[in-house]
Amino acid sequence: MATTAIDHAPAHTHEHTGLWSWITTVDHKRIGILYGATAFFFFLVGGLEALVIRLQLMGPNKTLVSPDTYNQLFTMHGTTMIFLGVMPLSAMFFNYLIPLQLGARDVAFPRLNAFSYWVFLLGGILINVSWFTGHAPNGGWFGYANLTTKQFSPGPNIDFWTVGLQVLGVASLAAAVNFFVTTVNLRAPGMKMMHMPMFVWMSFITQILLLLSFPIITVALILLMIDRTFGTSFFVPTGGGDPILWQHLFWLFGHPEVYILILPSFGIISEILPVFSRKPLFGYAAMVFSGAFIAFVGFGVWAHHMFATGMGPFADAFFSLATMIIAIPTGVKIFNWIGTIWGGKVDFKTPMLFAIGFIAMFIMGGLSGVMHASPPADLQQTDTYFIVAHFHYVLFGGAIFAISGGAYFWWPKMFGKMLDEGLGKLHFWLMLIAFNLTFFPMHILGLNGMPRRVYTYSAESNFELLNKLETIGALLLGFSFLVFLYNIIKTWRTPQPPVGADPWNAATLEWSIPSPPQHFNYPTLPQVHGRDALWELKARHGGPLPEPQRVAEDAVLMPNPSWKPLVAAIGVTVTLGGFIGGSHLWVHVAGVAILLYGIYAWAFEPAFPEHH
Amino acid sequence: MAHAEAHADEHHYTATGIDNKKLAIWTFIGSECMFFASLIGVYLTYKGRDVSGPKPHAEWLDKAGVLQEQMLEIPLVTFGTALLLFSSFFVVLALNGAQRGNRKQLIGWLVATIFCGVFFVGMQVYEFSHFAHRGMGYTTNLFASTFYTLTGFHGTHVTLGLLWLISVLVVALRGKLPPEKALNLEMAALYWHFVDVVWIVIFPVVYLIR
Amino acid sequence: MPDPAHRRPPSRVPALMLAAVVALLAACAPDQYPQTTLLPRADFAKASDDIFRTTLLWATIVFVLVETALLVAIWKFRNRPGAAEPVQTHGNTTLEIVWTIIPAFILAMIAVPTVRTIFQTAQKPGPEALQVEVIGHQWWWEFRYPQLGITTAGELIVPMGRTVSLEMTTKDVLHSFWLPQFAGKRDVFPNRYNNLWFKAEVTGNFPAQCVEFCGIQHGRMAYRIISKAPEEFDAWAANFNQPPRDFSADSTAPALVKTGQQLFTMKGCIGCHSLYPALPLTGPNLHHIGSRTWIAAGTLENTDENLAKWIQDPQGWKEGVLMPNLGLTDQETQALVAYLRAQQ
Repeated sequence: MATTAIDHAPAHTHEHTGLWSWITTVDHKRIGILYGATAFFFFLVGGLEALVIRLQLMGPNKTLVSPDTYNQLFTMHGTTMIFLGVMPLSAMFFNYLIPLQLGARDVAFPRLNAFSYWVFLLGGILINVSWFTGHAPNGGWFGYANLTTKQFSPGPNIDFWTVGLQVLGVASLAAAVNFFVTTVNLRAPGMKMMHMPMFVWMSFITQILLLLSFPIITVALILLMIDRTFGTSFFVPTGGGDPILWQHLFWLFGHPEVYILILPSFGIISEILPVFSRKPLFGYAAMVFSGAFIAFVGFGVWAHHMFATGMGPFADAFFSLATMIIAIPTGVKIFNWIGTIWGGKVDFKTPMLFAIGFIAMFIMGGLSGVMHASPPADLQQTDTYFIVAHFHYVLFGGAIFAISGGAYFWWPKMFGKMLDEGLGKLHFWLMLIAFNLTFFPMHILGLNGMPRRVYTYSAESNFELLNKLETIGALLLGFSFLVFLYNIIKTWRTPQPPVGADPWNAATLEWSIPSPPQHFNYPTLPQVHGRDALWELKARHGGPLPEPQRVAEDAVLMPNPSWKPLVAAIGVTVTLGGFIGGSHLWVHVAGVAILLYGIYAWAFEPAFPEHH
Repeated sequence: MAHAEAHADEHHYTATGIDNKKLAIWTFIGSECMFFASLIGVYLTYKGRDVSGPKPHAEWLDKAGVLQEQMLEIPLVTFGTALLLFSSFFVVLALNGAQRGNRKQLIGWLVATIFCGVFFVGMQVYEFSHFAHRGMGYTTNLFASTFYTLTGFHGTHVTLGLLWLISVLVVALRGKLPPEKALNLEMAALYWHFVDVVWIVIFPVVYLIR
Repeated sequence: MPDPAHRRPPSRVPALMLAAVVALLAACAPDQYPQTTLLPRADFAKASDDIFRTTLLWATIVFVLVETALLVAIWKFRNRPGAAEPVQTHGNTTLEIVWTIIPAFILAMIAVPTVRTIFQTAQKPGPEALQVEVIGHQWWWEFRYPQLGITTAGELIVPMGRTVSLEMTTKDVLHSFWLPQFAGKRDVFPNRYNNLWFKAEVTGNFPAQCVEFCGIQHGRMAYRIISKAPEEFDAWAANFNQPPRDFSADSTAPALVKTGQQLFTMKGCIGCHSLYPALPLTGPNLHHIGSRTWIAAGTLENTDENLAKWIQDPQGWKEGVLMPNLGLTDQETQALVAYLRAQQ
């Protein structure tokens, strides 16, 4: 079994350390940590952008930032939080947890995994470098044509955006192929699809959404880039192009993207709730199918973002009803989560607080979502702060609460140390209060006529009081993350007794191995017989399992480290980066040369050490 | 070390029995379908919405007011299409050779596949330059932009597929493609089939539907 | 007897908290927000509002029930010392079917009126309606009344009690025209016309603004919707059709106004701004600018000071706006203000 130690192996480890070992790593756990650290950094950058926005809107006619800077700020806030914050924070969990929860040694393609990370990092840097040129993207995260065509946005701002998102798309697609194959193929012996932990299920569905939706935005971005670079008319009305096509392509991607952002969080919550209620997840099959149903129908509701475009009554009715239907499986999930708690023995540890906070806030976001699923009501609500309130309840009240809870939950597994409970609870309560103070008043402001994406408002509008409250809330929200940061630093610096393999008495396989896990995760692949594999094991054992022993690091043959993925990632970024501010042939040529070298060097290097 | 050897076998373990790489290619192809579906969707959306000529299936007046023939020349492209279709068949024969260890069959049919692919790309290069010569630049009108973009992206995929097949051919010529490594050809072949199938959709959409 | 001065003053905290609660509740009252959607003043907006209130009612019921269930669950089943291990239930099919059907039923209660209202608001008004062509520009709105031969900007003037039919498009990028008090909003696209209609039930002067991000000055692309009593509207239309006032031959006109009229031509204002009621140019039409209530795309009240501030330094108020700073002296500005304010 997974927990049996190899007796002759001393508990010594000779893990490689140092910068080079991180650059060449193909270990899914290290790549997960890299994703987490990078995404958290970008998340803080996006948060700072939000704080400047909030300070500008603190009173009417404020001039803290210029109108153009404000437009850059809200564009980059949205772009950063979606593509560089929440998505890679989810990717941190995919990386770290999918192989562990499946009982696998690594992902199916470790070097491709490293490639995904490097492309993501370089894409994130590329898009943020624009700040230093003074030309950060300023067309909104949705980049509606024809405002974003060359005529109306002649600067390089939008180029950074189209190129940056294409680079990030490469990272997401490569990762999605990898996790798809990993989930289908690397399940431990005996683990059927319907035995997989719910986090893996929700992540798996997320990968399918990524695979099917990212190509669409890629096409849209390529066409916009070609328009801007070579003077075609895909989105230029004078040449016959139709800006509304952009909206269809964008939201065909954009709505599945919403579920790409939230489904992993559904998975995280579904792991935390059973452990701290001491009861299995209620309605496992219904949870799986509702997730799949949400994803499937999610491809048929994109035009509810476009009710104000005047699509005609039949299209409006169709997309309205399709959108309402999504509320049903979402409701099933919420009821099943409450059903999981019901009859349990609820332990209010920090991860559980965040999970409960998630449910409470997500209900709110879901219900306001139903309100603008109705086109007549949406004609008033769309493009107002009501929508801003809605999606922050879903993405912050939802995804960020879940990700924070997940961080507290899996921290001991990742680093072998517990985060401070007291500080964790302080973090939670501060965040809950500050979050509601920031975003609840936005509902009221939106219904009372405050539009989105405006850099200021008039004194006559009377929006000042609620905006002031929101700004205070936002500063407090920023402070709550300083508490989290302090918790991380304090935990890192303070010595602790070893946390053990299974500090929460948890249900899934990753808790059966030492914390942090060894490079190969499992000395022998675990044999699985059903859901909640570790609980089942403990039940059969009749109590807590003996603490697993570390074995020699060379007990299992693991893939070679490699720097080729980084080379290929540089090649991708340089090739596409040549499209910023026009097409620069030699940059493309250099990029393609680097890319080809990276790919061939990668293809012909041995994946595993050859001698043994 | 006995343990290490036992574990080495686990690196080939998959829950479904399908090789990871093969599944990855299938997954990637699924994703690529959406890429081409979007491009074809854009082409169809803009079909017939040009502000001015050239036109794909009808005569049109150029800037000088001279009547020009329709742009698309179907016989040549039909021939190219047929060759591409045959190449899909050839690569199956090559794969069969690889799996049975029949080097002659492998290399012969692989060369035939690559020949067909090269002809197809050559045909497209000829077509593009011919169109350019007839005054249809990339930005001339919506038909030009959508046509070049759609068929150009497909041509790029064919070219990448050719690079892949040629790489496999080099490996095979050096005698490093034994039957147990036939999967390396199978992956390239899967991708090649996909590129063909996409053309089977593009060809009627662009050349046959008026 | 204790000195009253030394008595401990009553704590101000409860009073302050009460004041805060009152202020917050007051902040929710829609009547203090001139741009509110919650006080509909026309048929279209009322249809939207009905749907909103229906969904809000159901959403509130669901919210209270589900949040209560959540709170009860975590309270009732909190871990207490000595509590037994919970029963390991895996689900309950009947229960799960029930809580799939109940939301479906509630959604049907919303869906039915939604679809009815979609089709009801999609109908186009007949020819008796007042036609207004609405044209978005970066960053102002143009209004043309084809039946009346009027072109104006920044103020949509409509008669109360008569259906107004809006045909909407844009000259440059996407915008969205919003009538929060009268109807919803519609995006406008180049080479394409979108429709909205409404029948105002009150008179008044209401603020509104563009709601589709349209570039650097999206935030200051506002306008007024002015609903007038029918006879006042007719008077306005009749008066509006007069040609602009010409002071060059008017011996009674102040010298400042005459200078202003010359400057309007000499400084090039006339290149973009028409003073004739039916002549659209690239900039906003300024016919009867003196009688308008707001200027600078509905962002400044029309006073001498504001008009001076605007024409002397438009880039200071709307950075990036297409109207350049002309480097006018104070005297020139005063003359232009006098001339423009006299146009009514």
